[in-house]
Amino acid sequence: MTLDDMVRRHGSWLEAGVEEGPVVSSRIRLARNLDQYSFPGWASEEENLAVWNQAVAMFQTLEPNFISWSMAETPALDKEILFERHLISQELAEQEDSCGVFVSPDECMSVMVNEEDHIRIQSLQAGLNLQEAWRAADKLDDALEAQLTYAFSPKLGYLTSCPSNVGTGMRASVMLHLPGLVLMEEMDPVINGISKIGLAVRGMWGEGTEAAGNMFQVSNQITLGRREDEIIAHLEQIVLELIEHENNARIRLMENRSLMVEDHVARAFGTLSHARLLSSGEALNLLSTLRLGRDLGMTDQFSRRELDTLFISSQPAHLQKLENKELEPEERDVVRAEMLRDYMKNASASDI
Amino acid sequence: MICEYCKEAEATIHLTQVIDGAVKKLNLCQICAQKNGIDLNSPISITDVLLGLGQPGAKASDMSEFDLCCNRCQMTRAEFKKRARLGCPECYNAFMGELSALTLAMHHSRQHVGKIPARQGNEARITAQAAALQKDIETAIAKEEYEVAASLRDKIRALKEGVQASDEENPHDS
Repeated sequence: MTLDDMVRRHGSWLEAGVEEGPVVSSRIRLARNLDQYSFPGWASEEENLAVWNQAVAMFQTLEPNFISWSMAETPALDKEILFERHLISQELAEQEDSCGVFVSPDECMSVMVNEEDHIRIQSLQAGLNLQEAWRAADKLDDALEAQLTYAFSPKLGYLTSCPSNVGTGMRASVMLHLPGLVLMEEMDPVINGISKIGLAVRGMWGEGTEAAGNMFQVSNQITLGRREDEIIAHLEQIVLELIEHENNARIRLMENRSLMVEDHVARAFGTLSHARLLSSGEALNLLSTLRLGRDLGMTDQFSRRELDTLFISSQPAHLQKLENKELEPEERDVVRAEMLRDYMKNASASDI
Repeated sequence: MICEYCKEAEATIHLTQVIDGAVKKLNLCQICAQKNGIDLNSPISITDVLLGLGQPGAKASDMSEFDLCCNRCQMTRAEFKKRARLGCPECYNAFMGELSALTLAMHHSRQHVGKIPARQGNEARITAQAAALQKDIETAIAKEEYEVAASLRDKIRALKEGVQASDEENPHDS
């Protein structure tokens, strides 16, 4: 499978089977390092190459057949695609030598090699399903550990390049769509509250990204002194509370400002159906409004999966891959508007 | 606000440091800050603050930074301070003093209790299992379930004997 095939479909972690409310996806990340080498940012080129070669050889023996991208051989545009699909980090995309990623065919599992740590296992699941994401990550971790000797201390657990990950090396996160709280201007106190209980809130594409399209990632900060299942249970509990807050905000929104919300949703559909130029930020916000309209029963023309997929496929690298050429930002806005227009055409406006 | 160091100039640098769990605020003028090695051009990282590096009273001379160095990967404390990343697994031993305070501040804990790797974590696993069983024993005793407690105690004993037995069979396997 190539990236050209990939951009024409969605990762199966977007396949939300049941009504999940504001939750988009769940993710588990495990940081692991090999005992005998320095951490990638400090190691010699020879050491990093040895780790990369070991990873390449190991993945050839693993099931399912992981698809590999060596960053040295991957064009910049393809790296951006992998980033937009949440399969690699910006940090890895900016590197070249002796590093890369291994991705399972359904895109639910990915393993970055020689990013901040030697090994970064990622497991994605649709909806609120941290348990399943953890089960899959744990299983793959066992399979890797059967062949690799991890840096581990009985006292500090898995040793990581940054002490903020030491212990379980686990970051559990849930992506949430919270337009109700944003519209009711209640997001700031929520973010403050969450950061006080050892969790972090970030934007859709992780560290340092804005919360475009009202998408937020909530994750644990503490990795030492708690078991994985405890970290997951705590995060899950907070996410359930956030869902309740969001649903309450939506109820109040409909009680007090239902006409305004309907107007917003209809205008979003109108703009997406007719605009000739759409920036990435504007498109995300319009899609967010449409997603809210769908959740509130104002339209049933789109599946949640379709809308969540558009969040990713309207990103710059995806558009360029579909057009099969490099595009200037202004050209992208034209292509983005056209792609979304086509999409909206297939959905009848009658219910909006 | 007046500089706490020279007590003359206006304090324009306001530092908040956490030292041994206590929050310490420091108000300095630009000149005193520079004299004390606080680099105004580089943002002060969380590790600087938590490790108490660049702290005026500590007189962190160049010598002390050279002294502390990881034997395996040669990362110095100064380098760790700059990058906020460790060099290799051994650095956790080399900088144990600093890291202990840092991890405690970050995670409110000093002891891993999560997953243990299957192949290499035999000792850690048995210690963890024994600790968990010990907890169960205390619960059982509290509930006056002495038979349960006794069987748990036997389990712990068996666990520890198991370690010794496997060590004897396989003296080189840690």
